[in-house]
Amino acid sequence: MSGHSSYVPKTGIERWLDARLPIIRLAHDSAVSYPVPRNLNYLWTFGGILVFMLVAQIVTGIILAMHYTANSLMAFNAVEHIMRDVNYGWLLRYLHSNGASMFFVAVYVHIFRGLYYGSYKAPREVLWILGVVIFLLMMATAFMGYVLPWGQMSFWGATVITNLFSALPVIGETIVTFLWGGYSVDNPTLNRFFSLHYLLPFMIFGVVVLHIWALHVVGQNNPTGVEVKNVQKDTVPFTPYATVKDIFGMVVFMILFSWFVFYQPNFMGHADNYIPANPAATPAHIVPEWYFLPFYAILRAIPDKLGGVMAMGGAIVVLAFLPWIDTSKVKSMSYRPIARQLFWMFLLVCIGLGYLGAMPADEPYVTISRILTVLYFGFFVALFIVGLFERPKALPTSIADAVLASANGGSAARVATAAAAEPNVKG
Amino acid sequence: MAHATDTSTGTTRRDFLMLATGAAGAVGLGAVVIPLISQLAPDAQTIAAGAPIDVDLAPIAEGQAIKLFWRGKLIFVRHRTKKEIDEAKAVDIATLRDPQTDEQRTKPGHEPFLIIYGNCTHLGCVPLGNAPGDPKGDFDGWFCPCHGSHYDSSGRIRKGPAPLNLPVPPYAFTADTKIKIG
Repeated sequence: MSGHSSYVPKTGIERWLDARLPIIRLAHDSAVSYPVPRNLNYLWTFGGILVFMLVAQIVTGIILAMHYTANSLMAFNAVEHIMRDVNYGWLLRYLHSNGASMFFVAVYVHIFRGLYYGSYKAPREVLWILGVVIFLLMMATAFMGYVLPWGQMSFWGATVITNLFSALPVIGETIVTFLWGGYSVDNPTLNRFFSLHYLLPFMIFGVVVLHIWALHVVGQNNPTGVEVKNVQKDTVPFTPYATVKDIFGMVVFMILFSWFVFYQPNFMGHADNYIPANPAATPAHIVPEWYFLPFYAILRAIPDKLGGVMAMGGAIVVLAFLPWIDTSKVKSMSYRPIARQLFWMFLLVCIGLGYLGAMPADEPYVTISRILTVLYFGFFVALFIVGLFERPKALPTSIADAVLASANGGSAARVATAAAAEPNVKG
Repeated sequence: MAHATDTSTGTTRRDFLMLATGAAGAVGLGAVVIPLISQLAPDAQTIAAGAPIDVDLAPIAEGQAIKLFWRGKLIFVRHRTKKEIDEAKAVDIATLRDPQTDEQRTKPGHEPFLIIYGNCTHLGCVPLGNAPGDPKGDFDGWFCPCHGSHYDSSGRIRKGPAPLNLPVPPYAFTADTKIKIG
C-alpha cells in the first residue's frame, strides 16, 4: 500500500550498498516510512509482541539445548541439572516454559482481534491463512517441547496426542508406529521430538516472514475495517508512531511475563511433570497445557474416537476457511450489531471449553462440553447466515473521518448506506 | 529456431529428452525419499527387544493383577475371581461394541488368567483396576481415568470413547502356570 520508496541514502557507503543490495531501503520502507492506519488501538501491538516472543523462545531455547540431553534415561535429570547447576539455568528454563504460555496468550489475543475486526476478509485471506499455519506450527512446537522434560505429563501427553493418529482408518496404526519409532513412546520418540522442536521455530520464523510480507502488500486492517483511501490523511509513518506504541505494548506485556517467571513460574505447569516418566502408570488426572484445553474438551465431547479427532482438527482447520464462511462485506464487528454479539458468545464458549477441558471426563462436564462444542461450530454457521441479512451500522467514509468524528464527539462524517462494499483501495 | 524434428510423428527428440529426464528425476527423488521415511520405523535394536519372554503366573493370587512390559508395551496379567469370570461369560456379546466372547480372549482350561495389553484403545492411557482400591469401572474390570472408558472383567470395552477391547497379546501356556509371551 505504500507508494514509492522514500529512502534517500545519505552517505557514500549507503549509496554504494543501495546499488548492490538495497537492504537498508527494505528496512526503511517496511519499518520506518511504512504507512499504518492512524486509528490502530493497542490490540494491534500483539503482532510485534509475538515477534518478540518468537525471538525470546529461540534465544532461550538454543541456550537450553546446550545443557539438555535428549535421552529417555537422562532427560529428566538434565532438566533438573539446568534448574540447579547451570548458571541462571532456572531463569532460562522458566523464561522458556512460561514464554511458551505467554506466546499463546499473545497469539490468542491476536487471533481474536483479527476475528473481531474482520482482518481475515478480502484482501487479507492469504495473510490470515498464513496465520493459521503459524498457529498450527506453534501448537506442534509447544507440544513437542512439553515432551522434552520427560516427566509424567510429558510422557502421557505424548502418548495421548500421538495416539490421536491411530483413529485414522487403515493407516492409523502404521503412522503411530512411525511417529514413535517403536511400539510405544520411548527414547526414539524423545530424540525425534527434540530434533523437530529445534527445527519448527525456524519454520515458524519463515512463515512469519511470509505473514509480514503479505501484510505489507495489503496493508493493515484497522478498527473501522475501512480501507486506507488517502495515505496522507488516513495513515501515519510506522516510525515513530507504531514503533513506539509497539515497544510500549511489549514492555507492558513483559511485566506480565516477568510476574509469572519470577513469582508464579509453575502456575501454568503441572506438578505431575516433576515426576519422572513412568510407562506403567498414567497420572490420575491428565490434562494438556492450558492453551490446548478448548480443543481437548472438543475431543472428549465426542463419544467416538475418529469423530472426536476429526472434530478437534476441524475446530482449528475451520479457521482457515473463515474468509469464505463470513458472508458479510463489513469487516469490523463494531458496525455489525448481530455478529458482534455472536463474537462475544464465541469468546465465552472458547473460555468455557477451556475450563471443561481441565475438568475430569465425568458428568455434568461431558454434557456441557457437547453443548459448547455444538455452539463452537455453530458460531461459524451463524456467521455465514447472519451476513446474509444483517443490517450493519453506518460506516465512516474514511479512517480520517472516523478519527475526527470521535475526536469531535459527533457523528459528522457518517454515510447512510454502509452495507455497500467499499472498494479495496490500495493507495 | 531449428529443431531436430521428426516431422512424421510430431514428437521431437527434445520432447523425449524432457520426458526421460523427468522420469529419471522422479525415480531418483522417490529413491531418496525411501530412506528418509524408513528411518522413522522401529530400528533393529527396538525390534530385537521384542523377543519372547517367560512369565510365571504362580505367584499371582486370585484377585491380583500384575503389570509387565513386552516390546515396550504394557501388559496386564490378571488372576480373575470366579465372580469376575462368571460376569464376563454372562454377557450377551451381541450387545458389545467389539463383540468377542470371554473364551476367545482366554486359553481353554486357563480361564482365570486374563492376559491383555494395558493401554486403553482410545488414546493409550493406562486404565486403573489392577491395584486394590483402584476404581474398576461399572463392569468390574478397568476404568481409564483419561477419557472415561470402562472395560469389563474380560477387558472388553463397554462404555466410553474407546473403540476396541484391550487386545490379547500373542502368548501360549508352556506349563500349567507358566506362559511365554511373543
